[in-house]
Amino acid sequence: MTAAAAVTAAPEKTDAEARVVLSARGLRKEFAGFVAVGGVDLDVRHGKIHALIGPNGAGKTTVFNLLTKFLPPTGGRIELLGQDITRTPPAKVARMGLVRSFQISAIFPHLSVLDNVRVALQRPNGLATQFWRPAGALDALTPHALELLETVGLAEARHRQAGDLSYGRKRVLEIATTLALDPKVLLLDEPMAGMGHEDVAVVAGIIRSLAADRAILMVEHNLDVVSELCDWITVLQAGKILAAGDYATVSTDERVRVAYMGTEDE
Amino acid sequence: MTDLGATARQASATARLEWLLVGLGVAGLLAAPFFLYPIFLMKIMCFALFACAFNLLLGYTGLLSFGHAAFFGGAAYFCAHAVKDWGWTPEAGILLGTVGAALLGLVMGFFAIRRQGIYFAMITLALAQMFFFFCVQAPFTRGEDGIQGVPRGHLFGLVDLSQPLNIYYTVAAIFLIGLFAIWRIVNSPFGMILRSIRENENRAVSLGYSVANYKLAAFVMSAALAGLAGATKAIVFQFATLTDVTWQMSGEVILMTLLGGIGTMIGPAVGATLVVTLQNTLATSGFPVTIATGLIFMICVLLFRRGIVGEIYAKLPGIKK
Repeated sequence: MTAAAAVTAAPEKTDAEARVVLSARGLRKEFAGFVAVGGVDLDVRHGKIHALIGPNGAGKTTVFNLLTKFLPPTGGRIELLGQDITRTPPAKVARMGLVRSFQISAIFPHLSVLDNVRVALQRPNGLATQFWRPAGALDALTPHALELLETVGLAEARHRQAGDLSYGRKRVLEIATTLALDPKVLLLDEPMAGMGHEDVAVVAGIIRSLAADRAILMVEHNLDVVSELCDWITVLQAGKILAAGDYATVSTDERVRVAYMGTEDE
Repeated sequence: MTDLGATARQASATARLEWLLVGLGVAGLLAAPFFLYPIFLMKIMCFALFACAFNLLLGYTGLLSFGHAAFFGGAAYFCAHAVKDWGWTPEAGILLGTVGAALLGLVMGFFAIRRQGIYFAMITLALAQMFFFFCVQAPFTRGEDGIQGVPRGHLFGLVDLSQPLNIYYTVAAIFLIGLFAIWRIVNSPFGMILRSIRENENRAVSLGYSVANYKLAAFVMSAALAGLAGATKAIVFQFATLTDVTWQMSGEVILMTLLGGIGTMIGPAVGATLVVTLQNTLATSGFPVTIATGLIFMICVLLFRRGIVGEIYAKLPGIKK
């Protein structure tokens, strides 16, 4: 694992010209009268890493679920690559190129590491519905799957049961699986939560390299990671946008300091 | 890093052992009618196929259906009716029963698949009960009497199925074809997706799989194979009655599957053999069968939760499940 982990500071200046690939306007979600998300506007741009931060209960995961259509929005409009996906089912949205990870590591625990990635490759390669063919037909996917495992440094563990991996490596496997779909937009829900120090550096390196030709939106609590990795930050509080901008702008915003970073003030 | 060469050698040794066991099993099946009562063996095979078909859904897709009797008993009615009242050949009757069960599965699955867990089980139960009352009322089933005296006829117009060995080997062939179909489905690209859905449904959705379609396909396949078992049973026993569409029958197949081991290839067949043998032995003794099966089930749940075959697999490391 080379892990371009020597984290370089100062991300390049936010390029306003970068193409918007995922946008939300006036996104709302109410649960029996409780407003979890109350009118959120969001633009995720190609080649950029966009962070969604905010205190617990701010509605970050709900926004994720709305964008990926795991929850139907109460109001508002979502566009992916110029197409309205406000009413599109989640599996279809995934096929269109918007793929998410989950807060709890989403792997197939009783399948091997290799099979975890191959499952993701089956559909794009038209090998998902054949119930009459032997499973050996899937061997055709192995080289590509190994390549993906190689990029995250898991190739050697390919025969292990995914459930036996360490927590950090499960998250990395999840990213490799997600990459199998070659998504245009990647939504990562707390990719570094609960990880050890070295793992954080490894995953940060992977995420940075992924952003080269896709858009990334991530929920993250670790502000060091956010400041080093993310080009644009949206701060949520109580389901509404409190502030948005690059790290310098957001971190000096008075309301943000009070609501979110108050205690971390140096 | 573990020694991959050793793992591979162990895997190929396991594969050889599995093939050996399959060979012994088939040989035993072919020799069995010379030692045991053929009707009894055919009954076991019908229920074993039924349980294996049910396990395709419960063990490999993670869906607990409480309405599989509708497919088993429904197919028996379709087959018996076609053979007795329309004069169809036995293979055409069995085919009709299988297709009928598949269509029934398509309708029931369409309504049930949108719900999960206990709600899925309850909807399948409710729909199967509706089908039960349809069978009570519909004239072609002859209500409480059932369809009696179904002729076994000639297979493909050639083989006289009234001969014990002829019918036995026909049923054995159907049984093996059915098992092979299940094995093939489970170990196919499609089966891999089913397993991933069972493992983590949300993740499968996020990878772009329309989970409902895969579940429905598995439901229809399971229904069709349960129908194959039921239709074959109608030819063997020469009748189709309400017993096979009752909810108790749906419960019995769950019992057989759990007893043998869910998610294992031959576990349900072992469970079916045990339950059928028990029923046959106790039927003459006057001891209530339901109490005996209930006790065995309790012991099974308390002592070996993976089922008989499941426990054996767990004891033998490196075996493929």
